[in-house]
Amino acid sequence: MSALPTVTRAREARAGLLRRKLSDNLLAYAFMAAGLACFALFSWYPLVKGVILSFQQDNFVVPPYWVGLDNYRALFADPLFYTAWKNTLFFTALALVFGYVLPFFIAVLLNEFRHFSGYFRVLVYLPVMLPPIVSVLLWRYFYDPGNGLFNSILRGVGLPESQWTQSSDTAMISLVLISTWANLGGATLIYLAALQNIPGELYEAAELDGASIWQRLRHVTFPQMRFIMLVLLLLQIVATMQVFIEPYALTGTSNPDTVTVLVLVYRYAFTVNNDFGLAAAMSVLLFVVLGAFSAIYLRLTRSAD
Amino acid sequence: MTLTAPPKVPVDGAPGVPVASKRRSRTAASGPASRTLVSVVDLRRHRTLYFVVLGLTLLVFTLVFLFPLYWMVSGAVKSPAEFARSTPTLIPESFHPGTYVTAWNNMQIAKYFTNTVFYAFGGWIISLLVDVGVAYALSKLKPIFGKIVLGGMLASLMLPPTALLVPAYLTVVDLPLVHLNLLNTPWALWLPAAANAFNVYVLKRFFDQIPNDLLDAAAIDGAGKLRQLWSIVLPLSRPVLGVVSIFIIVALWKDFLWPLVVLQDPDHQTLSVALARLANTSQVPPTELMAGLAIASLPMIVVFLIFQRSIIGGLGSGSLKG
Repeated sequence: MSALPTVTRAREARAGLLRRKLSDNLLAYAFMAAGLACFALFSWYPLVKGVILSFQQDNFVVPPYWVGLDNYRALFADPLFYTAWKNTLFFTALALVFGYVLPFFIAVLLNEFRHFSGYFRVLVYLPVMLPPIVSVLLWRYFYDPGNGLFNSILRGVGLPESQWTQSSDTAMISLVLISTWANLGGATLIYLAALQNIPGELYEAAELDGASIWQRLRHVTFPQMRFIMLVLLLLQIVATMQVFIEPYALTGTSNPDTVTVLVLVYRYAFTVNNDFGLAAAMSVLLFVVLGAFSAIYLRLTRSAD
Repeated sequence: MTLTAPPKVPVDGAPGVPVASKRRSRTAASGPASRTLVSVVDLRRHRTLYFVVLGLTLLVFTLVFLFPLYWMVSGAVKSPAEFARSTPTLIPESFHPGTYVTAWNNMQIAKYFTNTVFYAFGGWIISLLVDVGVAYALSKLKPIFGKIVLGGMLASLMLPPTALLVPAYLTVVDLPLVHLNLLNTPWALWLPAAANAFNVYVLKRFFDQIPNDLLDAAAIDGAGKLRQLWSIVLPLSRPVLGVVSIFIIVALWKDFLWPLVVLQDPDHQTLSVALARLANTSQVPPTELMAGLAIASLPMIVVFLIFQRSIIGGLGSGSLKG
């Protein structure tokens, strides 16, 4: 008589707890529903779809059908494919020299100044804030071989003029220059922040041991900055290999001198004949290369947490 | 869709975290300045050299980074003939500020500007709603499979957005299950922008630092989960909401490749895409294009000057170590 109510009460309590847990979980997933839908639609699904697409013929004309490795075969048979990778690697390598090494020395220099430090920071970051198309179109006028600003200056000081983006010798370099101008502020500020975290005692000790400025830079600054430099190296490679807007707006998507991987993807999918399968195959290759770098980057930064 | 993997944001002023000494400003630091490569003694000894180097750097940096902007703003007010002259004029000889008005009207910059503002603010609100919802659920409600959800979202950081360009475009053309075509609608920008693992992660990390006791106390007073989010979590999260908002709006304003492919109808284009298209037609005089470029940059420059501490601090102090 007395045992029965206790059992039901316990069972009821357990059922209530379960119900509470269930409703809490339902509520949590209700909060996440929109987010899950967005990620599913625009991140997870496209990843799968991209891989599938690379084995299909899909062009808005006929319903998609399987073609096996045909897209990849077509890619390897396209001479532009090799040009695009060569150009992209060249751009990335040059952008590392300018956009990765230069900001380091700028940061070291700026870190020594005791005046105008706020002004310098705003100055180098200003181009990063501009919409990229603004910088690129602005520089298109600077690069103009006729009366562009750069050639006017070169003429003014008596140096030979350049064809800039219009000659195959200088086109890629011109793209790197504008890209560096527009983007080096980010790396510079990250370097600057890292420089400020180097303990001053290290320099003090090195100086007492008679180390010159160069030796201090080499043996104190560099080792202290190694981690951040590695991380930025990976970020820089991933970002510059996706170069698009500079060739798109400065030299056009059909110019073999500056065709890059992403420009070629754009050409296949959106300008020539909506060959989405071919473009997807190219994207998969790009993804494999960049995914490797991104994975190393994420591993490094997560493990440093 | 941003092109670069975004840097991490510092969690400034998190509850329970001492706010002091987040931003080490050399000029503000009282007492001895922190030691750098060159010692203070050396600096004093070579005072002239220091000021010569400083002056040169000031000159070169101002020329390199500010002069192009000056050239853009002043180029717009020159007469077309003066603009095209082979020896450029530093200070405009002719002065036609009306070019800005002409550009605003003739190039329909008014329309594209309104479009872009609409996309940026709509995307801002939707991204915040979506990402705060996810972050709050993952941080405070801790549902089953929450870790897997977070892992799946973080894994998307490994995907370079441009590698998904084609399949994401086809998804927008024909949304799975519902078969809607979002091309040339704002949703084509807003929904992908909301799928931002970086924002979710930053918000979740901040929410994690809000003591659960506060929420429990509110629950005892009868506040539901939504009420706890609205009345306790969000007011405490103002700093991080601000930083995330800036990142969302700036990214939407600067984005180019994604709007280029999903907004091909000129009536719906963003300012960036429209400027790229107009620059390739011969109908637009270069001075008007310069005015257009200046107008497109103005909002970003204003945002930067107002929020420079958050933006520069966000890049700096948290930097990449998270």
